[in-house]
Amino acid sequence: MNLLEINHMKKGFDGLEVLQDISLTVQEGEVVSVIGPSGSGKSTLLRCATMLEKMEDGDLTYLGEKAAWSDGAGSCIYAPKSDLKRIQRHFGLVFQNFNLFPHYSVWKNIIDAPIHVGKVSKEEAQERAAKLLLQLGLEDKKDAYPCQLSGGQQQRVSIARALALQPKILFFDEPTSALDPELTGEVLKVIRQLAQEKMTMIIVTHEMQFARELSDRIIFMEQGRIQQQGTPDEIFASGNGRVREFIGKY
Amino acid sequence: MDLFKLIGQLGSGMVISVEIFVLTLLFSLPLGLVISFGRMSKNTLLRSITKVYISLMRGTPLMLQLMVVYFGPYYLFGIKISASYRFTAVIVGFALNYAAYFAEIYRSGIQSMPVGQYEAAKVLGYSRMQTFFKIILPQVVKRILPPVTNEVITLVKDTSLAFVIAVSEMFTTAKAVAAAQTTMVPFIVAAVFYYIFNFAVAAFMEYLEKKLEYYK
Repeated sequence: MNLLEINHMKKGFDGLEVLQDISLTVQEGEVVSVIGPSGSGKSTLLRCATMLEKMEDGDLTYLGEKAAWSDGAGSCIYAPKSDLKRIQRHFGLVFQNFNLFPHYSVWKNIIDAPIHVGKVSKEEAQERAAKLLLQLGLEDKKDAYPCQLSGGQQQRVSIARALALQPKILFFDEPTSALDPELTGEVLKVIRQLAQEKMTMIIVTHEMQFARELSDRIIFMEQGRIQQQGTPDEIFASGNGRVREFIGKY
Repeated sequence: MDLFKLIGQLGSGMVISVEIFVLTLLFSLPLGLVISFGRMSKNTLLRSITKVYISLMRGTPLMLQLMVVYFGPYYLFGIKISASYRFTAVIVGFALNYAAYFAEIYRSGIQSMPVGQYEAAKVLGYSRMQTFFKIILPQVVKRILPPVTNEVITLVKDTSLAFVIAVSEMFTTAKAVAAAQTTMVPFIVAAVFYYIFNFAVAAFMEYLEKKLEYYK
């Protein structure tokens, strides 16, 4: 089944076309990496897909439920708020700079949304959180506050926070860009682990080797368009000069 | 002159000063939050009205505002003012004035919050109300404690302005006693009272700041 379908997504800022006609489908269990130079629209694609940004035109569908659709005249209609709230539950997002809630302990960061947003019972939320902490190697950080953690630990907590709501699809917006190489490793390890568990993920990243090893599909974006997509082998052996040039720099 | 007798004389004035202080905070702190929402509203009219309001409240003397609140009903609408309205007028005047200052402090705190906090809350599915009261406001409170402390300390001293509409808070009494007995002692007692009051306020606010130091 297609978990995510994007058709002809368009988005501009002040006349600058950041996304020009992006179409993309993601199937259950797929790991898709999005690569490309800065300013190519990768992050905007993610922000439009997660509805942090409104697209100008196009369709956005999660699990067959339409979140937004083109009116056919160059504009876009979003579903009513109550529908969006439900649809939003299908995905989670991990930010480049974590955006943990600093006044909440690690534990509360993870259990609060399931209890107060997901209407999960307290016991269930705690059970999930305990499992996630163990899985992500954070069991001794339960009572710590984000400011007491390293960047890598903070990012792992933010992954746990997203997973606690049990999304069907998880987006990552350059999850390791704020981390040094050592800390990058521990976060990539977690993402790798999720991939093995067949978590559906869309990862915007500059970690080329990681994308190559992990992804089912790599998307190369430039100037607001998908220039090429394919399996890692196809992309890394691409005949497209621009793709080769970009990958060659890493 | 008997110091204890003097303190006894000033005592009821002190109680009134403390009442003005407590009631002003009780009303102006929440009112300030509401005004700051208006100030940051997307609605241009609402934004303009609150902007003018804050400008007037900050731009004219509190003493004058107290007189307007007290005498205004009579001169503007011909409503007869009773003596008991005095104290109410003081609280209304103080609350309206301090709310304007607090509104700007709240605004600075709210606008200093990183947008990532809102985005994280949105993606996790928090409603706007939940986002504000659970995620944003607690962090704002921590950020604005130092400027709020400033205002609260000023308020302690400003309570003496109530004399202008003849509410006998402590300083009014001190002046009367000083004039009647031609002595400076009541003023010294008054100074000690304000100082101790503010010392306690500052100590309490410091305690709050310390309590919120568990996160950055």
